[in-house]
Amino acid sequence: MNYKTVLTVCPYCGCGCGMYLPVLDGQLGQPIPDKTHPLSEGRLCIKGWAASEHVVSPDRLTQPLVRTGDDLKQATWDEALDLVASRLMTLRDRHGPDSLAFLCSAKCTNEENYLLQKFARTTVGTNNVDHCARL
Amino acid sequence: MNLPQEVLTEETRQIVSRLLRDNQVVGVIGLRTEHNHTGPHLFTSADDLKELTLEPRYPLATICQAILSSLSQGKLGVIVRGCDERALIEMAKLTNIEMERLVLIGLSCSEELARQCRCRRPYPSHIDVGEIVEGVSPLEDTQVRRLLEQNVEERLAFWQQEFARCIKCYGCRNICPVCICTECVLKEECWVERGQIPPELQFHLIRAYHIADKCVGCGACVAACPMEIPMTTFYTLVQEKLRELFDYEPGLDTKQKSPITTTLEETPLREL
Repeated sequence: MNYKTVLTVCPYCGCGCGMYLPVLDGQLGQPIPDKTHPLSEGRLCIKGWAASEHVVSPDRLTQPLVRTGDDLKQATWDEALDLVASRLMTLRDRHGPDSLAFLCSAKCTNEENYLLQKFARTTVGTNNVDHCARL
Repeated sequence: MNLPQEVLTEETRQIVSRLLRDNQVVGVIGLRTEHNHTGPHLFTSADDLKELTLEPRYPLATICQAILSSLSQGKLGVIVRGCDERALIEMAKLTNIEMERLVLIGLSCSEELARQCRCRRPYPSHIDVGEIVEGVSPLEDTQVRRLLEQNVEERLAFWQQEFARCIKCYGCRNICPVCICTECVLKEECWVERGQIPPELQFHLIRAYHIADKCVGCGACVAACPMEIPMTTFYTLVQEKLRELFDYEPGLDTKQKSPITTTLEETPLREL
């Protein structure tokens, strides 16, 4: 038997509520709200309470899927990223950089969001940058 | 008189250390402070015992249940306050937990904590750490007293107003140590409409039915409620009725059956 609790931050939104994720014999359990977290003080919303569910969900995507016609076909990361890159560049060249928009995420780190807006502004050349916290 | 927290913590560390050294337990569930955060932890060696802490309260019974289910051999130690032990006893009644596989390290609460929780029994049946402090009658709570003086309409209006704040996070259900159905009716759409906030009053009433005779007054539901709905006030009133009508208190003895699930012949209704 192996049991540990891992101190972490809820991945769902930008609030950053504190939680412990229990792991029993490699199986992720329901979060335990962190009572000593200065922001959430032992409370979570329904998304936080369900934060471990998507990790173990059988519906979770574990590898990239590429749509061909009506079907989704499994692909490698290299294939998927090559396709995305070439399509983005094609669209930019054909319709201009402002034909594209970039959505950052409250679920990412500051650094990841910085990278995405940097990519949008310098590589693609558009200021169309927004994020999910404005929903 | 309350002993200083450091003394109690050190005493607890020594007990846990002894249990682990003598191989009496596979591990001990307690609280650990690490990175300035405190949360539940399974102590399996003396190495991390210096990080053992006693506060704040966390509902540890649910963790015991999970660990015991995967522990094939040996016993599990757990640092219990009065409410933790009562929750474990209620779990045992529903055959979800085997008490004989647990080694309880009884911790008495401080007077301050007892008052804060309005706890009738701020101590477990056997105290290893701390001294017994007098229980506080839940009726000392001004909100409880006010509600007892009100009529049905006034009380209903009060609770409707309180429950109208509910954001249906399911925190009260998730954190509750005695809320242990494997299939939860609160997930069924025939009872709880998806996407409706606040939920109908029945959301709370269903939970109330389920734990009316099991609530051990640990207050975990209130601590987890983002909207500060005073659920302990609600359950205190239910518990007071159970005491008054059936002379029954949940969480005291694994052999004691709930008067709600027994017949009146077994547990006669008190003369009113």
